[in-house]
Amino acid sequence: MATVRFEEAQRWYPGADKPAVPGISLEIGDGEFMVLVGPSGCGKSTTLRMLAGLEEVNKGRIFIGDRDITNMPPKDRDIAMVFQNYALYPHMSVADNMAFALKMAKIPTDERNRRVNDAAKILGLTEYLDRKPKALSGGQRQRVAMGRAIVRQPQVFCMDEPLSNLDAKMRVQTRTDIAKLQADLGVTTVYVTHDQVEAMTMGDRVAVMKDGYLQQVDTPLGLYDRPVNLFVAGFIGSPAMNLLEAHAKDGQAQIGDYLVPVDPMASKKMEGDITVGVRPEAWRIVGNSQEGLPVKVTVVEDLGSDAFVYGTSGVEGTPNNIIIRVNGRDHVQKGETIHVTTDPANVHVFDTATGARLSD
Amino acid sequence: MSAAAWRVTRWILLIAFATYFLIPLAALLNFSTKDPLTRERSLAAWRALAQDPTMTEAITTSLLLAVLTVVGMVVLLVPTMIWVKLRVPRATRLVEFLCLLPLTIPALVILVGMKNVYAWVNYLVGDSPLTLAFVYVVLVLPYSYRAIDASLGSLDATTLAEAARSLGASWFTVITRVILPNIWPGVLGGAFIAVALVLGEFTIASLSHYNTLPVVIVFINKADAPESMAAALASLLFAALLLVLLSFLDRRRHHSGGK
Repeated sequence: MATVRFEEAQRWYPGADKPAVPGISLEIGDGEFMVLVGPSGCGKSTTLRMLAGLEEVNKGRIFIGDRDITNMPPKDRDIAMVFQNYALYPHMSVADNMAFALKMAKIPTDERNRRVNDAAKILGLTEYLDRKPKALSGGQRQRVAMGRAIVRQPQVFCMDEPLSNLDAKMRVQTRTDIAKLQADLGVTTVYVTHDQVEAMTMGDRVAVMKDGYLQQVDTPLGLYDRPVNLFVAGFIGSPAMNLLEAHAKDGQAQIGDYLVPVDPMASKKMEGDITVGVRPEAWRIVGNSQEGLPVKVTVVEDLGSDAFVYGTSGVEGTPNNIIIRVNGRDHVQKGETIHVTTDPANVHVFDTATGARLSD
Repeated sequence: MSAAAWRVTRWILLIAFATYFLIPLAALLNFSTKDPLTRERSLAAWRALAQDPTMTEAITTSLLLAVLTVVGMVVLLVPTMIWVKLRVPRATRLVEFLCLLPLTIPALVILVGMKNVYAWVNYLVGDSPLTLAFVYVVLVLPYSYRAIDASLGSLDATTLAEAARSLGASWFTVITRVILPNIWPGVLGGAFIAVALVLGEFTIASLSHYNTLPVVIVFINKADAPESMAAALASLLFAALLLVLLSFLDRRRHHSGGK
């Protein structure tokens, strides 16, 4: 088992006017499931491919355990990569696909068969071992790709959006399967995705990236509860956090006529233009008589257990869609105006200019 | 169109094409098995063909040339194309241009150009008709390139190679065990076109004064028409046999799979 350590690792594609990843430093613990997440072009795949040895590292170093693997060819790194399109060998049967790495490592046939059969059993692929990949469904192919990686018993799994080619239902199921498998095997895993739901549900820790830079590395709940900047606040969470433009006034945030109470730390630090973030579930509906931000309901999404109310407040600086999660039995109607408020502990305050978090 | 009408059309087309192709062959057979003077059936021409030392020598030469050309083409083109695809995709256009170039240059011009080169070739490896393999490798490049490029293009070679390398394969293993098996049909196709081209090439061989099969067929035609027709039919049948054999090879590979 092994830790993974990036030290200012840089990747600059030849001919590009700026580096794809200017210099990433990240430590991943032994057996940890680390998810790299971010919008497309943020450098998450490049970072993973540097670890796998598929991209050159222009500066900095990468370690697996104590081994400096910066300039090592991929075959010597003791990793196994799972690709978005699975990259199964079309001319080989499922069994041969899974045994490929073991053949490369010159493992004796008995041992090889045993490991392939064990992996096939774990993944429910036993009856498909003689088939060619093209005779399998998407989900089965994905499992073969996983199987090919796990029979190698590598020090690190590298997974590059392995669920993106699956349909929605299959993705949710496979998500759980992979997380469970990783926990059982205890192999250090670096997992790349653009889907923040995958990141939140699978990762022990999640690294949010943007424009080649790490924004925040934290546990899923840490990211959710204390996003360090506006980008992370807007990226993590579904539906997204409501971001309202406000003005600092006497230690409170003013949006139009409505004053939002904030925590003492933010209250001390903030001045000028600020952005106030409130998660959809942090709003409380209050009676018309009480002070609250008025919201005219435009759409109600009823999910049974709860409902998402979309509306506009008409107040300058508020987004077109304010999203409020309410109880599914609250019966908020389209067209009516509701008043909402929140608690200081649930308000995230950011500096509008720098995007930095001001709240505790 | 109804199923019955469709079947009838299919048969009509099949018969039309079969007639178109088979009548000349039947005529060849008819002519080559007739004594030109007595108009009686005779296998003299075929017997002469088998016994003519010039002919047997020419067949051997052409077959050897075909083998050498295919080997040369495969050794030169396959690794280059895979390497370009995986490592230097920027060079794709250049390689494609170079490979298609022989198609745009008339054989006579190539011949004139190669005279100087062949002075050196003959000085270094001796004056043998087999040296034609060098120029034939160049001539078959456009066709073989197309055939291999098609199968390479239908494969996500880059990702397959990355998967293999991350699983512990060297570049050599990637090419021989992962990419090559998947582009095998294209390589076979390219090889077959090369064989057909070499067996039929006349201009360069004739003007270089080498006795390859087409050159000898033309030569015999002037002396003994039935024998040359027999030779023509024999080479056609031979080429057809080769095609069936190669496609059979390909099919067997498909059935047995990677086992």
